[in-house]
Amino acid sequence: MSSVRALVGTRKGAFVLTSDGKRDKWEVSGPHFAGWEIYHVKGSPADPNRLFASQSSSWFGQIIQRSNDGGKTWEPVGNKFEYDGVPGTHQWYDGTPHPWEFARVWHLEPSLTDPDTIYAGIQDAALFRSTDGGQTWAEVSGLRKHQTGNSWSPGAGGLCLHTILLDPSNPKRIVVAISAAGAFRTDDSGATWKPINQGLRSEGIPNPTAEVGHCVHRIAQHRSRPGVLFMQKHWDVMRSDDGGDSWREVSGNLPTDFGFPIDVHAHEPDTIYVVPIKSDSEHFPPDGKLRVFRSRTGGNEWEALTKGLPQRDCYVNVLRDAMAVDALDSCGVYFGTTGGQVYASSDAGDSWAPIVRDLPPVLSVEVQTLP
Amino acid sequence: MIRVVLPAHLQTLASVPCEVALDVQGRPTQRSVLDALEASYPMLRGTIREHTTLKRRPYLRFFACEQDLSHDPPDTPLPDAVAAGVEPFLVVGAMAGG
Repeated sequence: MSSVRALVGTRKGAFVLTSDGKRDKWEVSGPHFAGWEIYHVKGSPADPNRLFASQSSSWFGQIIQRSNDGGKTWEPVGNKFEYDGVPGTHQWYDGTPHPWEFARVWHLEPSLTDPDTIYAGIQDAALFRSTDGGQTWAEVSGLRKHQTGNSWSPGAGGLCLHTILLDPSNPKRIVVAISAAGAFRTDDSGATWKPINQGLRSEGIPNPTAEVGHCVHRIAQHRSRPGVLFMQKHWDVMRSDDGGDSWREVSGNLPTDFGFPIDVHAHEPDTIYVVPIKSDSEHFPPDGKLRVFRSRTGGNEWEALTKGLPQRDCYVNVLRDAMAVDALDSCGVYFGTTGGQVYASSDAGDSWAPIVRDLPPVLSVEVQTLP
Repeated sequence: MIRVVLPAHLQTLASVPCEVALDVQGRPTQRSVLDALEASYPMLRGTIREHTTLKRRPYLRFFACEQDLSHDPPDTPLPDAVAAGVEPFLVVGAMAGG
């Protein structure tokens, strides 16, 4: 029988949650790296027992951990993220030039085909790649050296590259997203990049339709249809049908179109999930009701999913990397909250139950479906 | 041998006890002791000093013989008691937070 392994990063360590295919009983392992911030943990699609974790702290900096046995044991690998060449400056909050400074790894994206190749999205925003299992890292510097790079400015969480989408049908194509620069795409394995923000409208920047400067929170794709992208922007849920060349809003009847995560059903490319949050100044669900919204039409028409979720006095947030799906039939959907709960649905969102209730604030959730 | 005391998180990371002993050639300094520490435990690179600049990370302090040596130039000789192995060189996580 298939099984599921959820990889949960929190403010104070990593947790590995495992279940059989029924997904009603879970074993909890952790905390791994107790006391450290774990921004992200992700497994290699090419070797599911190879996991990578981003471990960091204000005191001791950045560590990358690697496991070759599904998270039972870990070893630190390379943690040197050095910008290519003379880094130069980007724009600071007050509009002045600010040197590029490495702060942490937000997101790890293992190659779809090679267990030794992995990408890292860092703050200040840059893309790094390792081809030796994380031992050494080199910047994919064409992105940061894009002509707009010196104008990128941070969002409230920092100038972070938080989304990396590898195209299953075209190994030369990568889409990334940066807060608050926007989305970018390469079609030549990272040598050159173009902003893909046409159609986005952000009232918080001087030119609401500028080429860059948009606070993109998350982008998701279905691996069978990688040209279709779904975006949760600071405000607005957006869709592209041309690999990001143009976007249109699909917020439709959502109660608020602010939020952080967005994900796609494993078997239905037009079924997508978001967690609406009241506003950029009130990072909690509207009316104290934790609701996942599902669209079965690729956006615009949304239904609230509430069964098993708290519908009163709930004021948690769900961060951008804290939602994932499994590949079982029916599709499992998972998300973690800043209140330390990890909720799971084994019926594509129709009903929910907490796997754990009292973890540290959850930063990320990834799910592996194992044979 | 030079005795170095590490904070708990770095003990875990390097899989070592609270105190490690290092063989340091010549008169020990912050730089030579930390070079020896990182050579013996490469996973500590970047955790005490920045990778490229080798500057002390802001939330760490270096103590010895009841003195704060954090702001000493890195090539300043360490106290005689540290050089003799009588007193340890302490890497301390600064108190921060509430």
